[in-house]
Amino acid sequence: MAKVTVDGIEVEVPNGASVLQAAELAGREIPRFCYHDRLSVAGNCRMCLVEVEKSPKPVASCAFPVADGMVVKTDSPMVRQARRGVMEFLLINHPLDCPICDQGGECDLQDQSMAYGMDHSRYREAKRAVRDKNLGPLVKTVMTRCIQCTRCVRFAAEIAGVPELGATARGENMEIGTYVERALSSELSGNLIDICPVGALTSKPYAFVARSWELKKTDAIDVFDAVGCNIRIDSRGPEVLRILPRLNEDVNEEWLADKSRFAVDGLKRRRLDRPWVRRGGKLEPASWDQAFDAIAARLHGLDGARIGAIVGDLCDAESMLALKELMAALGSANLDARQDGAQLDATRREFYLFNTTIAGIEEADAILIVGANPRREAPVLNARIRKRWLAAGVSVAAIGAPADLTYPVRWLGAGPDVLAALRAGSEGFAATLRAAKKPMVILGEGALRRADGAAILAAAWMLAAEIGALSADWHGFNVLHNAAARVGALDLGFLPGPGGKDVAAMLEGGVDLLWLLGADEIDGARIGAQTFVVYQGHHGDRGAARADVILPGAAYTEKNGTYVNTEGRVQRGEFAVFPPGEAREDWRILRAFSARVGHPLPYDDLDALRRRMAEVNAVFARIDDLPRRGAVDLSPPAGDPAALLSTPFAPAVVNYYQTDPISRASPTMASCTATFHQPLAQAAE
Amino acid sequence: MLGDKDRIFTNLYGLQDWRLKGARARGDWDNTAAILARGRDAIVEEIKASGLRGRGGAGFPTGMKWSFMPKQPDVRPSYLVVNADESEPGTCKDRDIIRHDPHKLIEGCLVASFAMGAHACYIYIRGEFYNEARHLQAAIDEAYEAGLIGKKACGSDWDFDLYLHRGAGAYICGEETALLESLEGKKGMPRLKPPFPAAVGLYGCPTTVNNVESIAVTPTIMRRGAAWFSALGRPKNTGTKLFCISGHVNKPCNVEEELGIPLRELIDRYAGGVRGGWDNLLAVIPGGSSVPVLPKEICDTVLMDFDSLRDVKSGLGTAAVIVMDKSTDIIKAIARLSRFYKHESCGQCTPCREGTGWMMRVMDRLVEGRAESAEIDILEQVTRQVEGHTICALGDAAAWPIQGLIRHFRPEIEARIAAFQARGLKLAAE
Repeated sequence: MAKVTVDGIEVEVPNGASVLQAAELAGREIPRFCYHDRLSVAGNCRMCLVEVEKSPKPVASCAFPVADGMVVKTDSPMVRQARRGVMEFLLINHPLDCPICDQGGECDLQDQSMAYGMDHSRYREAKRAVRDKNLGPLVKTVMTRCIQCTRCVRFAAEIAGVPELGATARGENMEIGTYVERALSSELSGNLIDICPVGALTSKPYAFVARSWELKKTDAIDVFDAVGCNIRIDSRGPEVLRILPRLNEDVNEEWLADKSRFAVDGLKRRRLDRPWVRRGGKLEPASWDQAFDAIAARLHGLDGARIGAIVGDLCDAESMLALKELMAALGSANLDARQDGAQLDATRREFYLFNTTIAGIEEADAILIVGANPRREAPVLNARIRKRWLAAGVSVAAIGAPADLTYPVRWLGAGPDVLAALRAGSEGFAATLRAAKKPMVILGEGALRRADGAAILAAAWMLAAEIGALSADWHGFNVLHNAAARVGALDLGFLPGPGGKDVAAMLEGGVDLLWLLGADEIDGARIGAQTFVVYQGHHGDRGAARADVILPGAAYTEKNGTYVNTEGRVQRGEFAVFPPGEAREDWRILRAFSARVGHPLPYDDLDALRRRMAEVNAVFARIDDLPRRGAVDLSPPAGDPAALLSTPFAPAVVNYYQTDPISRASPTMASCTATFHQPLAQAAE
Repeated sequence: MLGDKDRIFTNLYGLQDWRLKGARARGDWDNTAAILARGRDAIVEEIKASGLRGRGGAGFPTGMKWSFMPKQPDVRPSYLVVNADESEPGTCKDRDIIRHDPHKLIEGCLVASFAMGAHACYIYIRGEFYNEARHLQAAIDEAYEAGLIGKKACGSDWDFDLYLHRGAGAYICGEETALLESLEGKKGMPRLKPPFPAAVGLYGCPTTVNNVESIAVTPTIMRRGAAWFSALGRPKNTGTKLFCISGHVNKPCNVEEELGIPLRELIDRYAGGVRGGWDNLLAVIPGGSSVPVLPKEICDTVLMDFDSLRDVKSGLGTAAVIVMDKSTDIIKAIARLSRFYKHESCGQCTPCREGTGWMMRVMDRLVEGRAESAEIDILEQVTRQVEGHTICALGDAAAWPIQGLIRHFRPEIEARIAAFQARGLKLAAE
């Protein structure tokens, strides 16, 4: 530890810390543009200059290491003079277009110029203009505004792992770009917008849409993957205008994947804003009463065993519990949350969770990925693996179709036979896993949604046990889910009850009335012709197309919802805007319908429902409180680990940009698909 | 005046053979093994005692720089990198060393590398020095063939490899850390310091970067002794130095002289005097384009060494003496330098990236006088805002010439502005 005096305040900081960190510890704010906590230090903007005693020149505090006994002044005349100078230089070539700049109101340069800027410009020459670059459908560039801080270059190279950005030319002609113009091939490119301290990189879909101070800000949870990224919904009136990440060190740090950020325009399209009832083969608008009547009529006299319910991937836990209890009241045990048929074992929670936790990845020293492409299935989690690889060079191996995960991966093979070879020790990577102190096994949906899913689950668990990944203080067995609703559904027991039918059985004529709660990832053509389908959800997507009655529900931005991420972390998102038209919050629809059929659910408000959730499973009482797990009981899941098939793992996510009803309705995601996915698909052919 | 017996660069003018045979005749490679046999520490101590200061411009004591290298290397190797990216306008000393006396440099590389525990040395040569690079490579090949470098260099038990790397002609790559970046194959942009190259240098390994001249003089110092070297010159500014005299003199030349020789004597004795006589002198830039210009009254008496020039707010720099007589448009001359620095700024730090362009544009207007006289002060402030606020010294180098101009030639600038305004008024009156 080093004792440093900052503006007369003495602080103790670790050796090797920077002067800027010491100043922050002392509560002094240092202005900066190029410096960012999570990126390497560039030290080039020169805004963070401070005075260090015995140094004749001001030093860049972001890059200067502390020394014991150092005396730092962050607000001396020398410092102020230096920062004013830097600010003046930054502004001479910066356009005066704040009134039309999308960064306006949340611009570091704007803010700092209030503190260090002059009231007039002394620069009488012509300003520099820089040609804009096309970085694809997500990031808009106004390169004249660029202050060459190189944060974007470092983000792309370090965090996103796609070293595609760089600076060309030198001096005042230096430009940031992709050398040869191309779209940025990262699922994290939207973070460039957040990280850019000025308006050089802004959101293309959000261009000229709103000013930041007009927006209502609501804390919520992302549902486009199972990571449970913390987000902020910015809305104006009835419209969600943009989604930004919210800081949560344990989950997403401050990053957000592109689909989560940009699919937001899908919330305004193809929405179900009124009930519909199919009459004579054709869907016709109806009132809520008519819709409820139609369902009640079909239910009348129906045996509970002929009724079924499937929940989709974006559902909140509240509505899933209400549906489960409605089904119980109707005498049905036909429940399932696994649209993809993943063979999960819900007997113990650790069989289906990402037990290491996302933050725990930063302690792992060997990682085996089975049947998953985390870059496509959970980009933010993938960034955490990359971070770990950058920091410690951990060895990562994977089984499945080779792909670029942004860090070096040893591809061991394509199918479950490699899993057996690893257990037998005949695959060389087994030695690495065994030698590791904190090894991780990550099992993806691609490995579970197959006929031998249960066998793979058991084999992976046993491999984890055999390599020492399961110990009292380290749990290295992980299931990486793709659906935000999945873990919550498993925690609530939204699975076939005793004698109940699973998704496949329900689809193939096993039930006469099928209630789909946001279930759009099933093939409507498989549903028996005689089956009466109720679709409750927010988008006119695959489920609604097959429905006999459509009940308009609320999207994740339009309801207070609880979500459990792949780690088992229970998080709550808040209501930001009202659902469109006559659409209602989903649990309220179910509550209303339960009263209509004479089985009123025992909760009248959200609090009562949430109390009931905690009764069903105590995890719902602990919001955002995730204790680190160890493995105590090593007995494996029920599957037979020897019953492995030889078919290779198929990727769970083929087109990252269109995976759910919202992103399929989003024009931005459609253009991303055209830019990124289709060229790839064509190249593959 | 330096006697011929005390000259180090005895083939500076290329009158003799530059190859190994000629070099040996001049005493190079004479029992180099004996120098190495004295051991690392003895060499570093000898260089320290000689008072040799770096010849690349900053004048940092060379022996002290060498002593920063790790004594007991860890797993990382140590490197010597020789900076032959001589790009400072007005400077052409390293070029003559390389083309006429390459073996002095190669022998110096061996001695210095040995003193720092480096088994490998890189010479980063300016890309435009094509013929020089060919000479140097030929000399390196000769030295390898003769067993002077390579495995068991000079018959010692020291393995030493020497590599020549050609740059692509960016001025900034003469800055030591930008040079290392460039050598590693990256964009030539100076690195943040600390860590200094002696701790984290080339490929992350301990590295010392020295100028060609600093390295080339070390074998001679080792042979003739620190006492001989330090007896030359003035206290703290010891030894001989190559001066490059260019501009409005009758006989532009490179010459080796003692540090501390009066500027006037240097010009009169070796360069045939100022064109039109000493009284026709306007100003001298004494140390390459980066240092502030000196007006005649200072040039009359100033001594050419690090400390004397610092005392008159200029610097010895690379000892490239640029002489300007009264026919010179001094504002235009400095404006040309501003253009140079604007062109060569790497663009990393804000003050230099934006400031060099600003300074250049104002200077261009001042050449015509198309400015307000208040802008002289603004320009002066801008140079202060650049100076000392950047990662490397290019910002300083861009600021100093303008500061020197304003300090010594402000009336000239004001007159130019007044004349321009008067012309405007006259036109308006017509």
